[in-house]
Amino acid sequence: MSIKEQVIAIIAEQAMLEPSDVKMEHTLADLGIDSLGLVESIFAIEESFDITVPFNANDPTESDFDISSIASIVDAVDKLKTEQSS
Amino acid sequence: MRRVVITGAGTMNPLGTDIASTFEAFREGRCGIGPLDIKDVDRLSIQIGGQIKGYEEASHFNRQQLALYDRFTQFALLAARQAISQSGLTFSGELADRSGVVLGTSGGGLTTQDENYRAVYEEGKNRVHPFIVPRLMNNAAASHVSIEWNLRGPTFTVATACASSNHAMGQAFNMVRSGMSKVMITGGSEAMLCFGGIKAWEGLRVMSKDACRPFSATRNGMVQGEGAAVYVFEDYEHAVARGADILCEVAGFAMSSDASDIVTPSKQGAARAIAGAVKDAGVALDSVGYINAHGTGTAANDKTECAAVADVFGHHADHLMMSSTKSMHGHLIGGTGAVELLACIMALKDGVIAPTIGYEEADPECAMDVVPNEARDAKVDVVLSNAFAFGGLNAVLALRNLN
Repeated sequence: MSIKEQVIAIIAEQAMLEPSDVKMEHTLADLGIDSLGLVESIFAIEESFDITVPFNANDPTESDFDISSIASIVDAVDKLKTEQSS
Repeated sequence: MRRVVITGAGTMNPLGTDIASTFEAFREGRCGIGPLDIKDVDRLSIQIGGQIKGYEEASHFNRQQLALYDRFTQFALLAARQAISQSGLTFSGELADRSGVVLGTSGGGLTTQDENYRAVYEEGKNRVHPFIVPRLMNNAAASHVSIEWNLRGPTFTVATACASSNHAMGQAFNMVRSGMSKVMITGGSEAMLCFGGIKAWEGLRVMSKDACRPFSATRNGMVQGEGAAVYVFEDYEHAVARGADILCEVAGFAMSSDASDIVTPSKQGAARAIAGAVKDAGVALDSVGYINAHGTGTAANDKTECAAVADVFGHHADHLMMSSTKSMHGHLIGGTGAVELLACIMALKDGVIAPTIGYEEADPECAMDVVPNEARDAKVDVVLSNAFAFGGLNAVLALRNLN
């Protein structure tokens, strides 16, 4: 699976949707994922890709990890994976 | 109903190992939070906490005692010794039979669990010390206080996460108020600063890596602490009859459940507990001069708490002070309400309001007088102590000067 497919699978599972229902332009709110769901999704991403995601639930917008859409999450994971595998 | 007063207090916390040193730290706005000194700290992403520095268990307890006393029990016993000694009470006969202990804790003997899971899982040992169960159980501290001072009445532990101590003290208050007991030993204790205790909190992503800055726009989360505070709650007439020194009166208590979300706080739930405590104390809303906030330094708590206070007090919210001493001692989880009650007692007795330190920038959603950075001299007659726990469980105590 590509990074994109894996991220979509994680988000879909959290949102209790089929992966085909998750679109790149969706926000987490669109998919009904709340703050607790977000923290769980980030945990799943860290475990799946063996990376550490910089994220503080007190102020998600201040974190380096852009969660504004599925596309931005895929990009951020891609970037972290490159950085942290080197 | 009987009136209830506090005739003894004791504490072990990151700011001091007795009442006097803790009050001094509150007055000076000293920070007790620093780098954690624990095993495997390098594997934690959160490496700060409010630890009791320089604490040597062997200088307080012998080998046999230490086999039975987890760190949270040790703190509770040391705090109880100070409190009971200050009260001047000894327990025998009917007084002993009807006096008991209600303590709050969330993790109980978590350090004992952590060390022994490490021994069996990581080190592969197949045998643990015979007293692990009595050492780790949540009621160990209450039981040892009962044993040490011959308190043979109602004794138990209350565990409601971050509101444990307030629920415990509220219970003790109502037991004395109802006439069930003349004296109750109450408060709370926590010692969660071990690898597993912090690792679990890291998972929620609500912890700060650098400081606890409640109500400041720059806040970025909570910081854990450890310690205990224990009090002697006594029937007013009993205390007067024996000529006891009275620190203040416990005037009211209320609790509520949000019944909504397991972690996200609710303004309505908090407001019902705050308003309930004022009503239970039988005082006017505008007589409240100071609130020791729950003030965890998380985005969710601080703005919800300020909104709840504004809802309850209306215009008077602009005239009362509300500080969070967690900025200095960290969040003692199940022991936090007990240590924070000290700031309430200092406000009433000494007329000094403990500050919210680390305050850098105003947050429009927390537009209250949070007594930023420096303690303040102010005469107050009625004070509240808020505690709002995960699970949506809220407990608020009201104290006042005895007139």
